[in-house]
Amino acid sequence: MFLSIDGLSAGYGGTRVLEDVSFSLERGEIVSLIGPSGSGKSTVLRCLVGLVPPEAGRIALDGSAVDYTSRAAVRGVRDRLAIVFQQYNLFQNMTALDNVAIAPLKVKGWPKAEVMADAKRLLDTVGLGDKHGAYPDQLSGGQQQRVAIARALALKPDVLLLDEITSALDPELVTEVLDTIRGLAANGMTMLVVSHEMAFVREVSSRVLFMDRGRVIETGPPAELFDAPRTERARDFVTKILRH
Amino acid sequence: MNYTFQWGQVTGHIPYLAGGAMIALQLAFFGFAIGMVVGALCAATKAYGPKAARRLVDAYVSFFTNTPLLVQIFFLYYGLPDAGIFLDSYQAVLVGISLNAGAYLTEIQRAGFMSVRRTELDAAATLGFSRLQMIRYVVVPHLLKTLYAPLANHYIVMVLGTSIAAIFGVEELTGRALNVNAINFRSFEIFSIAAGMYITLTIAASASLYWFGLYAFRIKAKVF
Amino acid sequence: MFATLIAEAPRFFTYWNMVFLATAVGNTLVMAFAGCGLGLLFGLGLAVTRAERIVHVAPLRWLAILFVEVFRRIPVLVLLLFVFFTFQLLGFSLHALAVGTIAIVLRASSLFAENFRAGIESVHPNQWDAAEVMNLSPLQTLRLTVLPQAWPVILPPMTIGLVGMIKATSLASQISVLELTFAARQLNQRGFSALIAFGTILVIYFVISWGVARLGASVERRLVPQHRRA
Repeated sequence: MFLSIDGLSAGYGGTRVLEDVSFSLERGEIVSLIGPSGSGKSTVLRCLVGLVPPEAGRIALDGSAVDYTSRAAVRGVRDRLAIVFQQYNLFQNMTALDNVAIAPLKVKGWPKAEVMADAKRLLDTVGLGDKHGAYPDQLSGGQQQRVAIARALALKPDVLLLDEITSALDPELVTEVLDTIRGLAANGMTMLVVSHEMAFVREVSSRVLFMDRGRVIETGPPAELFDAPRTERARDFVTKILRH
Repeated sequence: MNYTFQWGQVTGHIPYLAGGAMIALQLAFFGFAIGMVVGALCAATKAYGPKAARRLVDAYVSFFTNTPLLVQIFFLYYGLPDAGIFLDSYQAVLVGISLNAGAYLTEIQRAGFMSVRRTELDAAATLGFSRLQMIRYVVVPHLLKTLYAPLANHYIVMVLGTSIAAIFGVEELTGRALNVNAINFRSFEIFSIAAGMYITLTIAASASLYWFGLYAFRIKAKVF
Repeated sequence: MFATLIAEAPRFFTYWNMVFLATAVGNTLVMAFAGCGLGLLFGLGLAVTRAERIVHVAPLRWLAILFVEVFRRIPVLVLLLFVFFTFQLLGFSLHALAVGTIAIVLRASSLFAENFRAGIESVHPNQWDAAEVMNLSPLQTLRLTVLPQAWPVILPPMTIGLVGMIKATSLASQISVLELTFAARQLNQRGFSALIAFGTILVIYFVISWGVARLGASVERRLVPQHRRA
């Protein structure tokens, strides 16, 4: 197992939002988390990158457990897992190029010429070849999200965590972002995806987890989970969401 | 260091100092009240007055906000007798504090007036509000909401500012602390207590102004 | 009134009086700039110390809050007398100019700490999240993205604070620092009218304060990028 999560529980200020969550991810695999709002999908991702401290359970990377109370261990995990946020969270005072280059330069200390060339290439890949010098507030939501994807890739992560990356976008901008992700999928990127775009989830995922009220209710290949859900809650959710 | 703290020699003076604190509050209150009137007149002049009058208000505000209150009062206290105007120290201090406050309160009130949105008034007019109703339901609530916090803040800044009165022999909190010091030279103890009183006083004032805003106008204001 | 002023002027604006006033301006500026310079440094330090995203030790944050709340709620005059008498009690004979500067530093630190805090808090928390997951350290985050975004919130009140500190140095006249206000009182006592003595320094204070306000505005223009200005 490349990334394995075992009995994970977590919460904010006394209220549990994750209860005994377990699943795993192989290299090159794309796993999606679906479920109603507030079911804890995003919290799983935030736990993985150490933004929410796990209260119980075991998270292991390449077979060795990560100690989330140790800052060094958390830094190590963040070296390998990159997250893209729903609200993009681009640094508002930096150009698209600087947003992508900042961490490789300041955290990794990689040589500048190399970093800049790489950042430019990444922005070209996500279709923003002409927006290197633009500030976030000069870009559309879809463009900002694509900069955020490039920024996450700049650190050469092993796994990309996508936290509802199209939820804040106007409908006509969703496609451009999903196309970017399809491109990454085609190149074998390992990804853990939280999304409400069911058609997309079905298309790219090798496995889908249905979560509700902090628990994983049902797991299976997308065709199975969408067409023949075994649990009632998953069935309710799937019929409700597909009616839209 | 062979100094022994003698708090006992000072604690007996606490009621006297507390009386001084009341005078500080009072001085700040009168200054604030007069300053509000001056500020309202000046703000109105800025909005509706002739150009020359607006220039005059600008000069007044700019001059009083860019020079020290202490020197303003010195100027009044020692300078006005030359012009045939005689003020006692309390009066000179009050006039100085009021004129100083007037300048700041002009700016605060002007910003408040400016923030009343044309669109809100238009909306009220569309709803068939009369002029009076418009003032009652749109303008006043809006002004209260935008002005309350900066005004309350300025009042507290003024409470701290009244300590300057001690320099002119007004026996407010700082003045009384100097008096006690002149009797027993327990400077460290006295000024610790005076400082503590100013802290308590401003915290109490912040809290009361917050609650007053909340209950009287339903405004959650961050006060100092 | 103006007749006396004109009659008095040649006697007032003499070379030695101007040297005297120039010395006083020097001391006013030393207290204001040393006080504010250190105050900015300590103020930033205090704001950083009380920021939850940076300092994870709660008691340290409380200490920073305590310092700020105490020193911004004591009048500068009382602070000045307190510092003056404390050093006397400790047996140090400190130059009055240093005492004045220390009082200004204490006040300015607490004042600017509040400006920095408001600025830091005005930046959306998601900026900290983004930086944190990329392993940028809290101080790197502050320097590279939070402060640059916070300047529009920090600078306007900070300029007002700087002007306030210049004005506050006038209180050092009470502990006999030869600064502008003290100089004017001396000239007044030497027989010059209050009108000319205090009038002159009011103009000097005005010019200094106005200059600092202009400087603040120009720094604001430099630090706030064109496209983000309202």
